Amino acid sequence: MKSVLSGTMDLKTDLATEINSPRRYQLLRRKIVSLMALVTILPLLSLAGINYYEHQNTMASEIQAPLRALVGKAKHSFELFLAERTSAVSFIASAYTFDELSSDTNLQRIFQVMRREFTGFVDLGLIDTAGNQISYAGPYDLKDRNYTSQDWFHQVQFKGTYVSDVFLGFRKFPHVVIAVRHTTESGQSWILRATLDTMHFDRIIAAMGLEPGSDAFLLNRGGILQTESRRYGKVLGMLPFALPPTNFESNVQALRDDQNREIFLASAFIANTDFALAAIKPRPTVFSTWYTVRADLLFIFVSGVIVIFLAVYRLTSALINRLQHSDEQRMGAIHQMEHSQKLSSIGRLAAGVAHEINNPLAIINEKAGLMRDIMDLRPEFPDKDKFSRQIDSILRSVDRCRGITHRMLGFAKRMDVKIETLDLNSVLEETLGFLEREAQYRNVEIRRNLVPDMPSIPTDHGQIQQVFLNILNNALAAVPDGGRITLTTWDVDENFVGVSIEDNGCGMSEETAKNMFEPFFTTKKEKGTGLGMSITYGIVKRLGGELKVQSKLNEGTTMTILLPKKSTEGQA
Amino acid sequence: MTEKSILLIDDEEAFVTTLQERLEMRGFSCRTTLSGEAGLGMIAAQPPDVVVLDLRMPGMGGVEVLRRIRRQWPGLPVIMLSGHGSDQDFETCLSLGAALYHKKPLDIGDLLESIRAVTQGSGSRG
Repeated sequence: MKSVLSGTMDLKTDLATEINSPRRYQLLRRKIVSLMALVTILPLLSLAGINYYEHQNTMASEIQAPLRALVGKAKHSFELFLAERTSAVSFIASAYTFDELSSDTNLQRIFQVMRREFTGFVDLGLIDTAGNQISYAGPYDLKDRNYTSQDWFHQVQFKGTYVSDVFLGFRKFPHVVIAVRHTTESGQSWILRATLDTMHFDRIIAAMGLEPGSDAFLLNRGGILQTESRRYGKVLGMLPFALPPTNFESNVQALRDDQNREIFLASAFIANTDFALAAIKPRPTVFSTWYTVRADLLFIFVSGVIVIFLAVYRLTSALINRLQHSDEQRMGAIHQMEHSQKLSSIGRLAAGVAHEINNPLAIINEKAGLMRDIMDLRPEFPDKDKFSRQIDSILRSVDRCRGITHRMLGFAKRMDVKIETLDLNSVLEETLGFLEREAQYRNVEIRRNLVPDMPSIPTDHGQIQQVFLNILNNALAAVPDGGRITLTTWDVDENFVGVSIEDNGCGMSEETAKNMFEPFFTTKKEKGTGLGMSITYGIVKRLGGELKVQSKLNEGTTMTILLPKKSTEGQA
Repeated sequence: MTEKSILLIDDEEAFVTTLQERLEMRGFSCRTTLSGEAGLGMIAAQPPDVVVLDLRMPGMGGVEVLRRIRRQWPGLPVIMLSGHGSDQDFETCLSLGAALYHKKPLDIGDLLESIRAVTQGSGSRG
């Protein structure tokens, strides 16, 4: 009997622990938070990325456009300057005959006029096709020099016009030569050669109005500087890095120079020469404005992310908590249902067993009775006393079995909720019947302290018996062999009656006592469901009563039940 | 004292034969049958002073047998027996007019007392 009934208390908790484990909710929370954060932060992140890229492009073009324009303008200045001077030399070569130009006096006069009209000329000389200096006007004594060995001489013979690179030449200071070949209709030809001061180039570059840190210079196709650079060396020095691909239109490129500085370089070739004009701006200064913009952007981005994350976290937490709460409630309801279903199916089983046993029991009873009847009819029956004792023993056993089966049938019957007027003392006694055998085996003393004129109260027999059974089971589990359980009933006041079940068992800590009515709280590890006491508490509450616990570790526990004298079922 | 006649209707053969013997030892005239239908036939053939009827039987159950006895022989007292302890079943039987009921296994003294109580004053019909 005991084993059947205690089995009903041992519901499996696997399902509950699996589904309601805090780890599962933590995992769920983490998943939802990261997913929601990802979904919200990703668009923000891509927006910020696109913004950054666009802004960078805009800023770059804002820096590049003026630089390109500046180089374009300066390139035109150079082209104009050189074209004017080439035209002037060409005009003189064509306007005068060879003889007129051969005269130093004439040439001197022409040179004076030329210098007045066009700045930058240093000297002027006439050279015949053999490369001999015929006449010369200027500060140096260059008369009778022969230029056949020099490259420019051959180039001007071939092309007709020639503008040299900057070179030191005979005069050991940087200059540029403009040479023009003229051929008359009769086939006579001569070369007029003028030297220009490169100071004028410096003037054009200075007129570009460069910012501090910026640089501009001329260089030839070989990468040799034709004007002085602020950063990359003197005239005729080599540019320390390769000029990027350049054409006649000014264009800008981003690159690193030999000192690993980030720079923008605008460059363009100057028409009819070997020269390229280059202007350089360092990039860090270019981006100083960008940095402040980016800081703002970064602030908005970071605070946006934080706000989103917090909102997502709070929302998810609330959601998960609610989910957990409802899961727990649902599990509690399922367990209670399972529990009562199990109890009622055990009740049905008990009824069936009792009924099946009662019939053969009745036969045993009748057979034994008949044996006695026969014996009683014959006074001379041999060993009458001996047989009589055996028959008595059989009948006593039958009586005991009847007690058990009737109790089982009673248990089954009480599965249906029914309020009836009951004497709690007899319900207690009845319940004790289930456990008395175990108590006897374990030598546990059951002390009854029941008030004799206990008033009957309207309550549910099955449910109140379950309450007593749960508490008595716990008490029996708590006491050691040879322990003591005391049952007390008393009339509390005009509204309540009291039942207390006291044991001198292992007791509970304050913490355990505080939690013992919580669903799923158990100290029995795998053996308990953690539902027994919560169900008990629920029943007592439903019946309009109170359930209190007093416990001290290692001293014992007293459970006190107060039940109303008037029915409150349906009002609770 | 006139011999009272009892009709015992129960599907457990060992039970009815033993009980029959014990009742006869106590001076009753006792007939037995294992089914409700046969029991009704036996009442019709020769009505007893009292019927002892089991509640649960294969075929026609005790409640149905009781109902028919009440209809045909309203004055015939019936004592119900059952191995099933449901109060509700007994209440149904009492409301249908059963005189008394006993739970199995039964105490022979209780049964004798019941038989005497329900047959008091009525004479032998056999």
